[in-house]
Amino acid sequence: MAQQKNMNPERCPMPVQDPMIRRRNFDEVALGYTYEMALEEARRCLNCPTKPCTTACPVAINIPAFIERIVNEDIEGAYQIISASSSLPAVCGRVCPQERQCESKCVRGKKGESVGIGRLERFVADYHREHSAQPPVLPTQNGHKVAIIGSGPSGLTAAGDLAKDGYQVTVFEALHLAGGVLVYGIPEFRLPKQIVQKEIDNLKAIGVDIQTNMVIGKILTIDELFDMGYEAIYIGSGAGLPRFMNIPGESLKGVYSANEYLTRINLMKAYQKGSKTPIKHSKKVAVVGGGNVAMDAARSAMRMGADEVSIVYRRGMEELPARKEEVEHAMEEGIIFRTLTNPVEVLGDEKGEVCGMKCVEMELGEPDASGRRSPVVKPGTEFIMDIDTMIMAIGTSPNPLIRKTTPGLETNKRGCIVTDGDNGLTSREGVYAGGDAVTGAATVILAMGAGKAAAKAIDEYIKSKDAADA
Amino acid sequence: MYKIVRKKSLNPTVSLMEIEAPLIAKKAEPGQFIIFRAKADSERIPLTIADFDREKGTVTIIYQIIGGSTMELDTLGVGDSLQDFVGPLGCPSETDGLKKVAVVGGGVGCAIAYPLAKKLSALGCEVHSIIGFRNKDLVILEDEFRKVSSQLRIMTDDGSYGTKGLVTNALETLIGEGNQYDEVIAIGPLIMMKFVCLLTKKYDIKTIVSMNPIMIDGTGMCGGCRLTVGGETKFACVDGPDFDGHLVDFDEAMHRGTMYRDFEAHVRETSCNLLKKEG
Ligand SMILES: Cc1cc2nc3c(=O)[nH]c(=O)nc-3n(C[C@H](O)[C@H](O)[C@H](O)COP(=O)(O)OP(=O)(O)OC[C@H]3O[C@@H](n4cnc5c(N)ncnc54)[C@H](O)[C@@H]3O)c2cc1C
Ligand SMILES: Cc1cc2nc3c(=O)[nH]c(=O)nc-3n(C[C@H](O)[C@H](O)[C@H](O)COP(=O)(O)OP(=O)(O)OC[C@H]3O[C@@H](n4cnc5c(N)ncnc54)[C@H](O)[C@@H]3O)c2cc1C
Ligand code: SF4
Ligand code: SF4
Ligand code: FES
Repeated sequence: MAQQKNMNPERCPMPVQDPMIRRRNFDEVALGYTYEMALEEARRCLNCPTKPCTTACPVAINIPAFIERIVNEDIEGAYQIISASSSLPAVCGRVCPQERQCESKCVRGKKGESVGIGRLERFVADYHREHSAQPPVLPTQNGHKVAIIGSGPSGLTAAGDLAKDGYQVTVFEALHLAGGVLVYGIPEFRLPKQIVQKEIDNLKAIGVDIQTNMVIGKILTIDELFDMGYEAIYIGSGAGLPRFMNIPGESLKGVYSANEYLTRINLMKAYQKGSKTPIKHSKKVAVVGGGNVAMDAARSAMRMGADEVSIVYRRGMEELPARKEEVEHAMEEGIIFRTLTNPVEVLGDEKGEVCGMKCVEMELGEPDASGRRSPVVKPGTEFIMDIDTMIMAIGTSPNPLIRKTTPGLETNKRGCIVTDGDNGLTSREGVYAGGDAVTGAATVILAMGAGKAAAKAIDEYIKSKDAADA
Repeated sequence: MYKIVRKKSLNPTVSLMEIEAPLIAKKAEPGQFIIFRAKADSERIPLTIADFDREKGTVTIIYQIIGGSTMELDTLGVGDSLQDFVGPLGCPSETDGLKKVAVVGGGVGCAIAYPLAKKLSALGCEVHSIIGFRNKDLVILEDEFRKVSSQLRIMTDDGSYGTKGLVTNALETLIGEGNQYDEVIAIGPLIMMKFVCLLTKKYDIKTIVSMNPIMIDGTGMCGGCRLTVGGETKFACVDGPDFDGHLVDFDEAMHRGTMYRDFEAHVRETSCNLLKKEG
């Protein structure tokens, strides 16, 4: 089937909900390509033999190969190629920072827009989910037990790979629902929860046992898990401990960590009418920070009905760490960006409610060790922002629970678990770790990649132990 | 699912439930708590582990019916199950080296104080308990406290039972009688704990309080339960719930506790109406 290449320098646009409508609802913003749009966009790929795009994907998806299958209208074939490297394509196609990864190296990006790789990946995954009715195959059990701590993208990926290899896998999750940040952090309008649920159902269908309400370190320790017969353990407990700024007024009513705000809305469903979860119905909101978490909090506040929502970030627009698409979407929805601004105090009224935020203006100084220009305060620029809610999205670090209850588990000074190279082995034999628990807050695809690598290492470890025993 | 094996009303607004949760029962220590959700769409609500039976594999909770979630919990009975029950959360209360202690409980706070009094007494510590209630009808756990305390003072606001007055009056009397306590443990409404701490500061007696701010996850993930203790931010769910009472900023905690008052009032009303219709 000889297909004409599509030499349009621009990508096929993604259909989206109108910004003025979507800013008040929690339905998904980007609606996804139609079949025709996907074909049209797929035909923009030049099928480069050197695959520069693939080298820039953290899990090295064979991008030209899967796109070629789309061109040939073999969507299931495309799905199989993606699945060989990624277990959560419907998620990554939506939330990967593509412009810094695969798409950044796309040849088509030199004279126009890069191929919409993420969008095509999403299309393939969604198409597969909606059309494939293949019953899951229960893998043959090999008689070995592995425990996974945390059900975020990292833990779920490790669980899936090990289950497919025949291991009896149990996932222990602290919350009442599996999915990690995918369910408690990233909002519905960016990642519908039903997609995450489907991935989890697939894992259950191949025999993965998911035990919720199990806080490891409290109800069971890692050593007790070994006593229970688990031969290896993977820690994918994420980086869920919120950082505060340590400025006066942080305990006022109306100051939230982004984790609390988003958890109330997503996990506890405060966005649904009639929900029993309390949340402040704010009028003027300031979100401090510039990453994906800040964008999600700001856009959620807008959807909860706020009149005015601002992102307050101490560096400039160019330095915003969030995905480009989220920043653009946020701007379209009317979020105000107050960059080069930093809060120094939250102000409260006599009832202890937030009534303002004292800020200073910043300017960018010399590049620091990381190469980023560090912000410095411009003297005499103090001013007061009129707000009733402040949400802090300035980063998170790994939760200390497991570290404190696992003797011999080495962590660094930021609280991250130390692992040996790429396979995730920790300082304890049989204990592997990966994802945000090791790297600090990072990305879904990196967490997933770490889960995959560790699953492979765990398989090798258990097999070699078996061989030694034989 | 976590099955309810026993339910008992302790007074018109306080009930006890014993729940099947073998793994939690195995690990639980006084001072720790659980978080439950009654049904699939309920809030996550913390309650102290009032007792546990490692052999039977059960955990006992004592709850005051004050709002939507506790009303919903109370609609369940023996044989029903709770949707979620997670624990044991928080740090166990410190009991090492205590020889003589005054345990002060206020209202439903007595449910939190009781397992601690029991453990201390089992460890050979001399326990003086002071328990306070608004009136006679609200008195709970009297017999239980009597068994584990060498002195028991019951106080009521209106004098309808025990001695009329506040728990602080009784504590000051005991101190005045020459009792030298290694520690005072105060558990109850914030205002009561604040005043106990003001009193013990005067006598320079170390005082531990159990804080109960609004919580969601109980694992250190949301920061909603934060308190200022000795000028530092602490998360009650992982750093506590016990803290040195002389360092806690009670006024701030009282403010934060009222965060969702209007919302709660609304939910309470709709729950009441719903339950009325069902009933
Ligand atoms: C609001 C928000 C938006 C984001 N947006 C993006 C984005 O657009 N693109 C992107 O690539 N990345 C994004 N990220 C980052 C990404 O979500 C994370 O990097 C990723 O989820 C990390 O995966 P993980 O599996 O390591 O950990 P997590 O997803 O954090 O999962 C860890 C799980 O372990 C559980 N757990 C923790 N401790 C214990 C314990 N002791 N016992 C049992 N269970 C435990 C937790 O409850 C949790 O469910 C975002 C993050 C947030 C918070
Ligand atoms: C560590 C800890 C241990 C506790 N132990 C007990 C106990 O043993 N027995 C008992 O009766 N109560 C205990 N409480 C208090 C109990 O959690 C609240 O009474 C309960 O949440 C009320 O919920 P509601 O929906 O019925 O009432 P609402 O009408 O929603 O609230 C009434 C009051 O309860 C508090 N509250 C509401 N939601 C929460 C929440 N999610 N977390 C914490 N507090 C909240 C607020 O101060 C509020 O003003 C404990 C609280 C904590 C934090
Ligand atoms: S996983 Fe992410 S980086 Fe890799 S191809 Fe997909 S969108 Fe690009
Ligand atoms: S670099 Fe771009 S054009 Fe080349 S194969 Fe990859 S996606 Fe296709
Ligand atoms: S309840 Fe969320 S951090 Fe304590």
